[in-house]
Amino acid sequence: MSLDFSINFAGKEKNKLDSNTLYDILIIGGGPAGLNAALYSKRKGHNIGIITKNVGGQVIDTSVVENYLGYSSISGENLMKQFESHVKELDLPILEGPSVKRLRLADDSQTKEIVLDDDSVYKAKSVIIATGSKPKKLGVPGEDQFAGNGVAYCAICDGPLFTGLDVVVAGGGNSAIEAAIDLAKIANTVTVVHRSQLRADKILVDRINQLDNVEIKLNTQILKVLGDKSVNSINVLDKSTNEEYTIETRGVFVEIGYLPTNEPFKNTVKLNDKEEIIVDKYGETNVKGIFAAGDTTDTPYKQIIISAADGAKCALSANEYLNIL
Amino acid sequence: MSFLNDEVKGQLKGIFEKMNNEVTLALFTKEGPCETCPETQSYLEEVVSTTDKLSLKLYDLNTDKELAEKYEVSHVPSIVVLDKDKEYRGIKFVGIPAGHEINSLVNTLLSVSGSGSPLSKELEERVAKVDKPVNIKVFVTLSCPHCPGAVEKAHLLALENPNISAEMVEAQTFAALSDQFNVSSVPKIVINDEFEFVGNQPLEVFMDTIEKA
Ligand SMILES: Cc1cc2nc3c(=O)[nH]c(=O)nc-3n(C[C@H](O)[C@H](O)[C@H](O)COP(=O)(O)OP(=O)(O)OC[C@H]3O[C@@H](n4cnc5c(N)ncnc54)[C@H](O)[C@@H]3O)c2cc1C
Repeated sequence: MSLDFSINFAGKEKNKLDSNTLYDILIIGGGPAGLNAALYSKRKGHNIGIITKNVGGQVIDTSVVENYLGYSSISGENLMKQFESHVKELDLPILEGPSVKRLRLADDSQTKEIVLDDDSVYKAKSVIIATGSKPKKLGVPGEDQFAGNGVAYCAICDGPLFTGLDVVVAGGGNSAIEAAIDLAKIANTVTVVHRSQLRADKILVDRINQLDNVEIKLNTQILKVLGDKSVNSINVLDKSTNEEYTIETRGVFVEIGYLPTNEPFKNTVKLNDKEEIIVDKYGETNVKGIFAAGDTTDTPYKQIIISAADGAKCALSANEYLNIL
Repeated sequence: MSFLNDEVKGQLKGIFEKMNNEVTLALFTKEGPCETCPETQSYLEEVVSTTDKLSLKLYDLNTDKELAEKYEVSHVPSIVVLDKDKEYRGIKFVGIPAGHEINSLVNTLLSVSGSGSPLSKELEERVAKVDKPVNIKVFVTLSCPHCPGAVEKAHLLALENPNISAEMVEAQTFAALSDQFNVSSVPKIVINDEFEFVGNQPLEVFMDTIEKA
């Protein structure tokens, strides 16, 4: 395993977010969408800030990114470092660590109030929600029981714990196939189980097909995760033959897609039936002055470059909104 | 083999300028088989060489038995972090804090040197109330981006209250220990060898679990 020694040192003396200021724009989330929204809004000259649990978002869990224009191959973490240092050149306050609990409109129904976990409140004329998404669960018996005991959601984090063992990857999209390729380097065998056909990019599928310790089972649905103290097998259904069988495995890496994270906003802005925030072509939600960007919205494709572009769009729209306010 | 390239060394130099006081790293290794001992030593030598505020002391688990007992060291390699008065503050790294864990190493060193950021009043009071021995183990892998955050939090709690000790445990090297605690997702936090949770959770969750223990 090659070790990444990148240092994420935030420093303690950085520009602080102030709860007495009425900001022009506050951005919630520090992934590609949030950071690009910050870049664009700050360059317009607005008084802005970012509130986020972490800077980098999901991309830091990605081993390599090969589809961001300008980088043929870069680790997710290094890509985010590039984003972060670009944004930090502009000297804007980033409140990193706390979680936003709620977004509400003040009595004047124009000022937006962002409430944090510790009940502190920050105010802005306009808000850009860029809170991304979190891994979707399989939703089968045994998954929750064995979460952290064989069922895993971060292949680069937990992969090393399965050195020399047999593992399963659930899913058939890019992140599943990437995870399987990574795991194949350390695990004894990797079985990819997917309920339909592979959706991953051809370039990744070609790569995985060359590995001799990987087996791919398509049209196969996971029914149950089994084990005692930790996982020892899964029950699956082969949908083409309607046969049920068991695959022995010590680990189940779940990579079946993502669910938007927007729980704190669901009473303020409209969501669709997939729980995504509904936005128009300007990135605006149903509430004037509240915009949303990236994975947390109803944008059809969830990718770094798309999220980043969404962030830019929201910043420009917020700028328009502030100009006519 | 060199662990740190010039860029990282340069970064370390800059960061360590913020250290308020000197800090000592006491590395315990042992004669005989210890696959990761030599590399841990060279790694720490590289880290320490970037600043004069850090010094490295080498000990042997068997010959320096008394000291090992005082610092509660039972595995090698272990790194004990000592403050400016060379006092043990309950803070250890069991296994090499390389890869992503360089971040927890750096932040813990800053905190022990007195340049960390203070806890909120509320948390400070909660932590002060812990009046029985509490041990926090944080199991990590070196490729886990979320793990350093959990290690730093555990170390911060140890620094705040002498009843609390906290150690990072590198799960791959200490496979038997990881098996004992059934570690298959990281960061996994185990309190008093009994109460556990997974993930880089807020300090409040650490405290909830500690208060239950
Ligand atoms: C393993 C993996 C591999 C991937 N590979 C690729 C790839 O190769 N190429 C590609 O283009 N895309 C890839 N993706 C998808 C890509 O990472 C996402 O589309 C992108 O990160 C979305 O960006 P975002 O800014 O919308 O959200 P996120 O990156 O999810 O960022 C959301 C931010 O909001 C913060 N946040 C969330 N809730 C709160 C709250 N309540 N309070 C405060 N802050 C909050 C989070 O801490 C985070 O900083 C991959 C994803 C994964 C997980």
